[in-house]
Amino acid sequence: MGLLYQIFLDPFVQMGSAPDLLVQTLWEGLVAGVLYSLVALGFVLIFKASGVFNFAQGIMVVFAVLTLIGFYELGVPAFLAVVLALAVMLVLAFAVERLVLRPLVNQSDNVLLMATFGLTYFLIGFGEFLFGGDPKVMISDQLLLPRGAYQIQMLGGFVQLQKLDIAAVVIASITVAALAVFFQKTRIGLALRAVADSHRAALSVGISLEQVWVIVWFASGIVALMTGILWGARSNVSFALQIVALKALPVLILGGLTSVPGAIVGGIIIGVGEKLGEFYWGPLLGNGIESWLAYAIALVVLLVRPQGLFGEVIIERI
Amino acid sequence: MTPRVTNHIAEILLSIENVSLSFGGVKAVAAVSFDIRKGEICAIIGPNGAGKTSMLNIINGFYHPQQGRITFKGVTRSKMRAYQAAAGGIARTFQNVALFRGMTVLDNIMAGRTLHMRRGFFLQLLRFGPAQTEEIAHRHRVEEIIDLLRIQSIRKTIVGQLPYGLQKRVELARALAMEPDLLLLDEPMAGMNVEEKEDMSRYILDVNRHQNMTIALIEHDMGVVMDLSDRVVVLDHGIKIAEGTPQEIKTNQAVINAYLGVAH
Repeated sequence: MGLLYQIFLDPFVQMGSAPDLLVQTLWEGLVAGVLYSLVALGFVLIFKASGVFNFAQGIMVVFAVLTLIGFYELGVPAFLAVVLALAVMLVLAFAVERLVLRPLVNQSDNVLLMATFGLTYFLIGFGEFLFGGDPKVMISDQLLLPRGAYQIQMLGGFVQLQKLDIAAVVIASITVAALAVFFQKTRIGLALRAVADSHRAALSVGISLEQVWVIVWFASGIVALMTGILWGARSNVSFALQIVALKALPVLILGGLTSVPGAIVGGIIIGVGEKLGEFYWGPLLGNGIESWLAYAIALVVLLVRPQGLFGEVIIERI
Repeated sequence: MTPRVTNHIAEILLSIENVSLSFGGVKAVAAVSFDIRKGEICAIIGPNGAGKTSMLNIINGFYHPQQGRITFKGVTRSKMRAYQAAAGGIARTFQNVALFRGMTVLDNIMAGRTLHMRRGFFLQLLRFGPAQTEEIAHRHRVEEIIDLLRIQSIRKTIVGQLPYGLQKRVELARALAMEPDLLLLDEPMAGMNVEEKEDMSRYILDVNRHQNMTIALIEHDMGVVMDLSDRVVVLDHGIKIAEGTPQEIKTNQAVINAYLGVAH
């Protein structure tokens, strides 16, 4: 009885008795969730347009933001450095298309997946060669990211909102919304979906695979840079940052690999679920459940909906 | 169906000259030459492995022949990528159907219009002004094609859920939406029953006569080939063994040998 009470009743009693803490937890979950969505979005973009699970997404985040800091350290003004880092991501997109994807047209998805493994290790080595392996400090102030926090008095207590978190939520939401519209409403969006579905058919209606791939890899490079800036500002920038990609996996499973809205909703569910679980149910299990809870949530969803909450239904006629 | 009198002096739309293609040691196509004339239905026939599909792949730019010249609408090309061929006015369907299986019938056909959409990307994003007018115009054209092929009822269906015969029809619709100068059909009747074949034949003839579209098709059903085509090109082991009207082909000894075999 005692255990059942602890699992099913006590957490809710706690939530009710300290609503300010609940709001604080929900807010932190939301912020984490939006950032997860942003990482997941990088995967979804490339998966939608080429059917490839881009293993290199994590390292692209690190590489993009290290490039930004690298330019800044060379004395380039911060905002110009952002533009230059974007230019580097565009060059990377062209290089990936020309050197990795084009020779592998019409190969199976597994071949392309393995190619992204290769790309990952190349970028790790190349990144360390260019920028060294030491952690770097994010240039938050120079990029005018706000510091400090708002204290809001509510519900008989205080809720603290970090200004950086608010900025992150706003920036990430705008990006996500822009990309969602891009995919659903434009000719290029239709072309991207067509390429993802069948290379052969897309070519036959006059869609240029080269162009489409450069566009998606560049778009996902932009997302990588923004992810890097927003995550980097919360800790610092090192190669360890690429594990944020692992955080995106359960989000992708939950939301579906092919869905932009899925990445958003999945990210928020995972973010909020993690924080609530950690705060209210964590003590029961000796804490530290944040690291695996997301996967547990994703597994349950997989049992019920193998294509994720929003993924395209997988149809195989026999 | 009454056989039509072919206009042999019609303008040449596509000319294949001395084209060869090999994969390693295998000669898929060897020194083949023929023309396709404006407004005709030209059938390419031959036993399995004769190089028919390779020929189609060469015409629409999937394969690049090692030798030979291809002249389309008066322009000779050496290497042309598939999307450039499509932009130049060559549309095609595939032997084993290549559709966008996860998208609706309507989206599949709209994909055929991508090359005709001209309005800027940002206007499309906002669905504003000229972009909206343009999209409505494209939808209108697509609806005409949907009517022509009688697929109104499956407009919003996901293509992967459709039976094979209908998928073939959707694929034809997508190719028509490109409003090509030359339409390549790779076994449009494969796997169909008699009724479906009759329907498909009628659609092909409609498109050819009413829109004056030039069509090159590969087909194994000889009844269909003889009824539909103005001219027939016969390939065997990558070599052109005959060319002529259906009547001429029926009585050609080389063709009979290729199909029935000869005693050695």
